Amino acid sequence: MFRETLLLALREIRRNVLRSSLTILGIVIGVAAVITMVTIGGGATVQVASQIRSLGSNLLNVRPGQQPRGPGGARQAAKLFEMKDVEAIARDVGGIAAISPASSRNVLAINAELNWSTTVTGTDNDYFKVRDWPLSVGRVFTDSELRAGAMACVLGASVRDKLFGAQDPVGSTIRLGALACEVIGVLAAKGQSSFGMDQDDLVVIPLRALQRRIAGTQYVDGIMVSVQEGVPTKKVQADIESLLRERRRLGPREEADFYVMDMQQIVTAVSGTTQTLTALLGAVAAVSLLVGGIGIMNIMLVSVTERTREIGIRLAIGAMENEVLTQFLVEAVMLSLFGGVAGIALGLAAAAGGSAVLGVPFVLNFWIVIVAFVFSGAVGVIFGYFPARKAAQLDPIEALRHE
Amino acid sequence: MIHPSTSTAATTAVAPRPIHVVELRGVTKTYGSGQAAVHALRGVDFGIEHGDFVAVMGPSGSGKSTCMNIIGCLDTPTSGSYLFEGVDVGRLSRQQRALLRRYHLGFVFQGYNLLNRTSALENVELPLLYRGVAQRERAAGARRALATVGLEDWAHHTPGELSGGQQQRVAIARALVTEPTVILADEPTGNLDTERGREIMDLLAALNRERGITIVMVTHEADMAAYARRVVRFVDGHVESDTRRAGQG
Repeated sequence: MFRETLLLALREIRRNVLRSSLTILGIVIGVAAVITMVTIGGGATVQVASQIRSLGSNLLNVRPGQQPRGPGGARQAAKLFEMKDVEAIARDVGGIAAISPASSRNVLAINAELNWSTTVTGTDNDYFKVRDWPLSVGRVFTDSELRAGAMACVLGASVRDKLFGAQDPVGSTIRLGALACEVIGVLAAKGQSSFGMDQDDLVVIPLRALQRRIAGTQYVDGIMVSVQEGVPTKKVQADIESLLRERRRLGPREEADFYVMDMQQIVTAVSGTTQTLTALLGAVAAVSLLVGGIGIMNIMLVSVTERTREIGIRLAIGAMENEVLTQFLVEAVMLSLFGGVAGIALGLAAAAGGSAVLGVPFVLNFWIVIVAFVFSGAVGVIFGYFPARKAAQLDPIEALRHE
Repeated sequence: MIHPSTSTAATTAVAPRPIHVVELRGVTKTYGSGQAAVHALRGVDFGIEHGDFVAVMGPSGSGKSTCMNIIGCLDTPTSGSYLFEGVDVGRLSRQQRALLRRYHLGFVFQGYNLLNRTSALENVELPLLYRGVAQRERAAGARRALATVGLEDWAHHTPGELSGGQQQRVAIARALVTEPTVILADEPTGNLDTERGREIMDLLAALNRERGITIVMVTHEADMAAYARRVVRFVDGHVESDTRRAGQG
């Protein structure tokens, strides 16, 4: 019997192909809009999260001064870090995988007649571990280079491109400002960060070389700490904070003149923002689904009126109310499911195209596809019920008289 | 309590079959109320025996259509009682009356009332569909019924492709395919010329004679009523006369 009901519904839909197509257009557009929004939004979330993660995993960034909380705002003069602070943290704080001091200055890098204004970062070999950043060619610093502050440098991929093009720079000598420096390696390309900076636009040299020959100070601009796998970053963050407070002799009520930033928190915060936006867009799109449902109800009501006599005949020869109800309900659900499937196909196609244009990854979310399918079916049930009940409750005598 | 799945055979085994398949006792039907009330039936008493062929006649507004609707379980009396095979239909729910129609009644209407754009075969299959008969048996049964009315070669034509007489024969096939206890025919020849009308009447008379199906037919035409064994004449919501013919059928 159910098979017959399905076939009958299919036949009714086929009889009015144009009308059926127009009826489900609302559902198609609604579902397609939801799928497109959620898929592109999901892709953007993944992209932002992966960009921030490319800064380093489980990374804590210790900086002097007060945590920037938006534009403007006076900053008090901050006491800078020294190597002693780095050593103290490495010694006293547990759960650290790698710790790396880093100071940066802007320099002009020159190779023969090519030059490029870039950032030179003085650090040690732990920098590559902390930032999870392998070399594409060459080697890292030797212990003696680090100890002596030798002028040896590892180039970022962008700097290599600007100064050497496609050539292998390892072994050649470039100038950083007035200083000659031997190229010992090239970093793997990381690409743009989510803040629009080119992460590959840098030159890495030993910290001591930067301090002595370029900056002329013993200070360290910042300290990067990567936390061991399985150790909560919150705990390490708190330990570093209390250690530094102690070393800087800050009272419990005094505001810290340094801050420890957890990159994971930024990932969470930014992802949260994009997810909220996605949900909002999805909700707006869902409203069009509602409108589509009303369209289905409208057409089903017309259909019931048109087929009043047919309903009368069916009732007279022994169809029960619930059989007529089922017949019309199945028709409405089938219509809306066709709309749902078409909308899913259209939405995924639009999302694939949109992702390509916007340059975000296409992340297929099976859940939203299933939810869209079930939801379009539910729209059919909800908006098909009223017309179907109207059909089922017709008086057969009246219905048979209907012209 | 009658239940469709237990059919008449089971009822017979328990209790003797009532003499009257259809029995009206003091049936009245009033539409509206107060000043505007219309009294369509003002106390109708009569019974129809198994295997009878009854013509119901009377002018428009005499209550014969209302009476047919009540006999067909499409409507219920305002007062009095209507017994179908001894069961008080007035006490049945809408659902139960639908089942009574499904298992015991066949309808033939003046306007044929076939489903448009649906083949003759599928129209005839429809009552079997609601009885839950499997596809193969449905088609076989419907073909047999179409053969009975002489339309086996027209099974795949839609009502639009058939003449009025042919459509009415499809409607008769639809009514008889379930082998109902009673066939109710409401002016079955009203839209047909005399020749086609006689064909339809011959068909109904044969069903009555050969299969013992009780037939109740409303008609305006005396020639058509002549096919029946009994003529009940309505005037103003009463049975005015009830005559049995000798020698017919």
